[in-house]
Amino acid sequence: MHIPDGYLGPGTCGLFYLIMLPIWTAASRIVKKTLNARQVPLLGIGAAFSFVIMMFNVPIPGGTTGHAVGGVLVAILLGPWAACIAITVALVIQALLFGDGGITAIGANCFNMAFILPFCGYYIYKAISYKSPVDSKRRVIAAGIAGYVALNIAAAVTGFMFGIQPLLYKTANGQALYCPYGLNVALPVMLGEHLLIFGWVEAIVTALAIKYLQKHSPELLIEGRRSQ
Amino acid sequence: MKIISRLWIFIGVLIVLSPLGLLLPEHFKAGSAWGEWGADEMRELVGYIPKGLEKLSSLWSAPIPDYAFKGWEEKPLVSLSLTYILSATIGILVCAGVVFILGKFLSKK
Repeated sequence: MHIPDGYLGPGTCGLFYLIMLPIWTAASRIVKKTLNARQVPLLGIGAAFSFVIMMFNVPIPGGTTGHAVGGVLVAILLGPWAACIAITVALVIQALLFGDGGITAIGANCFNMAFILPFCGYYIYKAISYKSPVDSKRRVIAAGIAGYVALNIAAAVTGFMFGIQPLLYKTANGQALYCPYGLNVALPVMLGEHLLIFGWVEAIVTALAIKYLQKHSPELLIEGRRSQ
Repeated sequence: MKIISRLWIFIGVLIVLSPLGLLLPEHFKAGSAWGEWGADEMRELVGYIPKGLEKLSSLWSAPIPDYAFKGWEEKPLVSLSLTYILSATIGILVCAGVVFILGKFLSKK
């Protein structure tokens, strides 16, 4: 899901930097108000977890690869705004040091994986788990569904970004300037492979982690702890 | 907070296991992620390299491209796996460092 340099035109890249700027500003402002100094280590673990889980490329035999983002878990534990910051840190380091995701596409990639994904995941988890007890099975299922749906929404938005490029940028003789695949290919492929395989990885990772934390550190799952 | 050290150990385990993310795709003959092809792959797929893509794709040269050292594409999988582990370690140390510095500014006293 890391869009490399050259797949999005300058307008699209610029637009998503512009969209992310107020989101990053709001995230720092809100996190500043709510994040306890004692939670900083957990935020570091969140960024590290997201970074390393994205290195686990899962193959579709004979086809492409993909991966989980881990962002839904971070959002459940620290809230969506803190998750936005943790995932942004991981994505920027991946782009700058490892060339995973383009530097012109940092805005777009952060929009998909550090904004859409943690926010969708967080609110789906909250809606499904509702007022169920912290140690309930319902929370594990809620976490799994949130991971699955959120990763797929993020993948669909990524596919949309790829897919509108040939509409926006063309040479005089009709060749694409950037991503050559239109919406009719990019959207179904991106969504299809995540619905089929990679979404399940995010679902399992998120659900198992919640199950583990219920047993070993349930205090991390108590809502409202953030604002203490 | 004992859980923090336990979670770091868990991250350490993930670092050691990370080469699976390299070896499994290799084993199942899976290629690049969709939409993350290099210029040459793109030529094979659509018959040409889009002009803007060609220009932008070489904009940034990362120090450890694709979690491997430059020119190591033909190295045996063992070396690539070790580089992958090294990359994960470096990436995570930098992540933790950046969050630590950000945390100084962003957390309540």
